[in-house]
Amino acid sequence: MSIAPTTPSLRDTPPRAGGEFSVLRAVIHRDLLLALRRRSALATVLLFFVIVVSLFPFGVGPEPNLLRAIAPGVIWVAALLSCMLALARLFAADFADGALEQMLLSPTPLGLIVAGKVAAHWLMSGLPLVAIGPVLALQFDLDQSLLGVLALSLLIGTPVLSLIGAIGAALTLGLRGGGVLLALLVLPLYVPVLIIGAGALDAAGAGLSALPHLLLLAALLVLAAVFTPWAIAASLRISAE
Amino acid sequence: MLEARDLEATRGDRTLFSGVSFSLAPGGLLRVTGANGRGKTTLLRALCGLLLPAAGEVRWKGQNIRALREEYWAHLLYIGHANALKDDLTPEENLAFASRIGGITVSRDRVHAALTRFGLGGRERLPVRALSQGQRRRATLARLAVAEAATLWILDEPFAALDTAGIGLVQSMAGEHLARGGMVVLTTHQDARIEAPSAIDINL
Repeated sequence: MSIAPTTPSLRDTPPRAGGEFSVLRAVIHRDLLLALRRRSALATVLLFFVIVVSLFPFGVGPEPNLLRAIAPGVIWVAALLSCMLALARLFAADFADGALEQMLLSPTPLGLIVAGKVAAHWLMSGLPLVAIGPVLALQFDLDQSLLGVLALSLLIGTPVLSLIGAIGAALTLGLRGGGVLLALLVLPLYVPVLIIGAGALDAAGAGLSALPHLLLLAALLVLAAVFTPWAIAASLRISAE
Repeated sequence: MLEARDLEATRGDRTLFSGVSFSLAPGGLLRVTGANGRGKTTLLRALCGLLLPAAGEVRWKGQNIRALREEYWAHLLYIGHANALKDDLTPEENLAFASRIGGITVSRDRVHAALTRFGLGGRERLPVRALSQGQRRRATLARLAVAEAATLWILDEPFAALDTAGIGLVQSMAGEHLARGGMVVLTTHQDARIEAPSAIDINL
């Protein structure tokens, strides 16, 4: 049985509908679906995070005070690195198979599409760290009261990493040796997030309030969420030319 | 109305083409021919606004497309020689997403009808990975069946990898599009038999 070929007319075309945020939803949905159908890429990033964090207690030795002191820095640095690892693939596949061109030619503002891609990227590579980080912190004998602060700082900080990193991913798209260049470009920009994020834990560990640090991180997140999508979009247009 | 004035493109220090000018009215077909490496794809990408030409400008309804941007792209359907399909998604999901990105929301039934028309009925649920090269091309070109709202079709080598029936289908769809007042720009090595109210040939 086959459906008779129809001659579509202008009448049965739905108007440009759904609004622009439905495109945002569609992009997030597609990228999550793709990640679910290819879980190995996702697992690589998370395992990398787990392994890097777990190496330190082995290397440094079982000295509780030392471990407690280095825990915030180690977990945050590992989060930066695993976020970087996932970034290299953010636009590469769409660039290779031509899907990126279609996004560049969309009537929907590119910044919005890009925001969707970064959001999906964070949901897959940033959000899991928020859950895993505090568990790994137990290896460092981190005080239980600090685990909440750690999770919260990762929750606010990792989206900033994804947003800033995506600019680098867009700029290095299609370049040979882009992966190394990406690290050189992006890691220095991660320094403020690292200092503030790890600082929140240091402050809480010293009995001070972590709130100022968390608020600073949140301010960074707001700034990044507003400005980086347009910077990413502009970088993509240059790279794809 | 698509208009190009004195377009020039370079690759490195080599000039690919220069002085390309034309004007395409509703119902107009533009065939771009030329040997490999002459810049057919480059010309098409410049017409889309993906690439800034070294000289000259492209105008849509009298305005430079670099000023119009999204407003121009709302009228444009571009099919590049890359298929823009995701291997892990089904033709159905690929088509629905491509249309959404292109600014139209298409019902499930229309997606099915489009894929069936392109001979992919029964294969809508298979991942694209499992399709042959020709079937992939068909899955990409199925966008033509849901894109009549896009006035301007720019197709880069639409017939590559297609069988005779597929080529005939694309030709007749392009003919229909021209008949309802659309415009089609395409590159091809084959002799494209498309019924067009008016046709221009550019040989690079």
